[in-house]
Amino acid sequence: MTAAVVHGAPSRRPPTHPLREGAQVTRMSAYNFAYLDEATKRMLRRAILKALAIPGYQVPFSSREMPMPYGWGTGGVQVTAACLVPEDTLKVIDQGADDTTNAVSIRKFFQRVADVAVTDHTTQASIIQTRHRIPETPLLEGQILVFQVPIPEPLRFLEPREVETRTMHALEDYGLMQVRLYEDIARHGEIARAYAYPVRVEGRYIMDPSPIPKFDNPKLDMSPAVQLFGAGRECRIYALPPFTRVESLDFDDYPFTATKAAGQSCAICASAVSYLDEVVTDDAGGRMFVCSDTDYCAARVAAKQGDAA
Amino acid sequence: MSVHLTAGFDDPARDGARAFRQVLDAMAHPGRIVALDGVVAPAPCSPAAAVVLLTLVDATTPLHLAGAHDCAALRDWVAFHTGAPLVDAAQASFALGRWDALGPLATYAQGSAEYPDRSATFIVEMHALQNDGARLTGPGIETQAFLSLPDMPALVENAARFPLGLDVLFTSGPRLAALPRSTKIGDC
Repeated sequence: MTAAVVHGAPSRRPPTHPLREGAQVTRMSAYNFAYLDEATKRMLRRAILKALAIPGYQVPFSSREMPMPYGWGTGGVQVTAACLVPEDTLKVIDQGADDTTNAVSIRKFFQRVADVAVTDHTTQASIIQTRHRIPETPLLEGQILVFQVPIPEPLRFLEPREVETRTMHALEDYGLMQVRLYEDIARHGEIARAYAYPVRVEGRYIMDPSPIPKFDNPKLDMSPAVQLFGAGRECRIYALPPFTRVESLDFDDYPFTATKAAGQSCAICASAVSYLDEVVTDDAGGRMFVCSDTDYCAARVAAKQGDAA
Repeated sequence: MSVHLTAGFDDPARDGARAFRQVLDAMAHPGRIVALDGVVAPAPCSPAAAVVLLTLVDATTPLHLAGAHDCAALRDWVAFHTGAPLVDAAQASFALGRWDALGPLATYAQGSAEYPDRSATFIVEMHALQNDGARLTGPGIETQAFLSLPDMPALVENAARFPLGLDVLFTSGPRLAALPRSTKIGDC
């Protein structure tokens, strides 16, 4: 997982900051388009097609070493590289923010090696690579959302052996996961998992939606966008085609609820419906809540200023 | 080399990327017909099938050429452009031909319960592709889609084996549509 991100920092630059629009980014033409060699891209593309054909199933692939460490989105970067075309407009977010270290470096990487246009605006992007959020703005048909995944196996913390978890998926033997959720209820009175909340895809495979907050889980279901998941260290790709049924696991008497900071709204744009980050502002217990999705927040502020003017 | 050897992509990286996005679009939306053109392979291979070969097939993916597609000109073209080993049906990752020539689906790799991805992908050459005929529902389809299929009973059986089964790319001239195993066919 990425270290030292400063998502949710209250001092936000406007979305047209020159550093982030790529004016100074020089294209590195000595590399193949989108960095990877063609044989690697064909291997990735075959894995992506199989992943789309078996929604929720983790397709093994031959992950390459990328010019960034594992945990910084090497799986997502490889999936994005396999999908990019020169006409694409790329958006990269890290915990919802366009301006954090991980997002900035991946965006610049693709500007250099693929010469693609970039944007902060969810509605203008054709491919969005994301770390741990789904944008607040509803995705559109034709968009591709690429998730960076640290641990693709939802059963891994219940069963460490790959050969066993693979058999469990093969046999649809998911009782252990239900027991785990039940034990949460027995101990805590609720299913105590706020992120990476497991889902069932089309009534078949149990899938880790990557460490998105469970607030975002309902957005996975019947999304018009193509959702691709890349785990570089773990060498797995999986996918949700558009309009795929994705149910968060729960019990009839303990139904799934998509939670966020209760009763709070964003201190910048006043949205009461977006996912919020809590930001500590001083040493005396001062704190504020702000939107995790910076583009959503900035667009609301701009719209308000437009109304005022 | 035969005299039939024609060129591949003008710009392999960018043309391959654009072609893949069309195939991705088709696979993500079963029944949707996309345009796929720009490469000429020896007859009887269609332009769309030729683009699929250049985009997905290489020395690591055994290819089965069925029926009239198993001709010297196409074998040479495939060898020169992709280096794919040409194999029998049972060993193939990809199989190219007309539906009748490809033979029974059970001849091909279906994947295993542990590794359902290890199944063959069909590239089926069609006389025509139309959005009518079989009703399709399932992942990738908001309500319903329609596609002209060559053999409903065999494909219904293929879908019933989910998560095992073959994934099919239908090609006709410069057009392509996909039918992954996850798609339900008919009213079942």
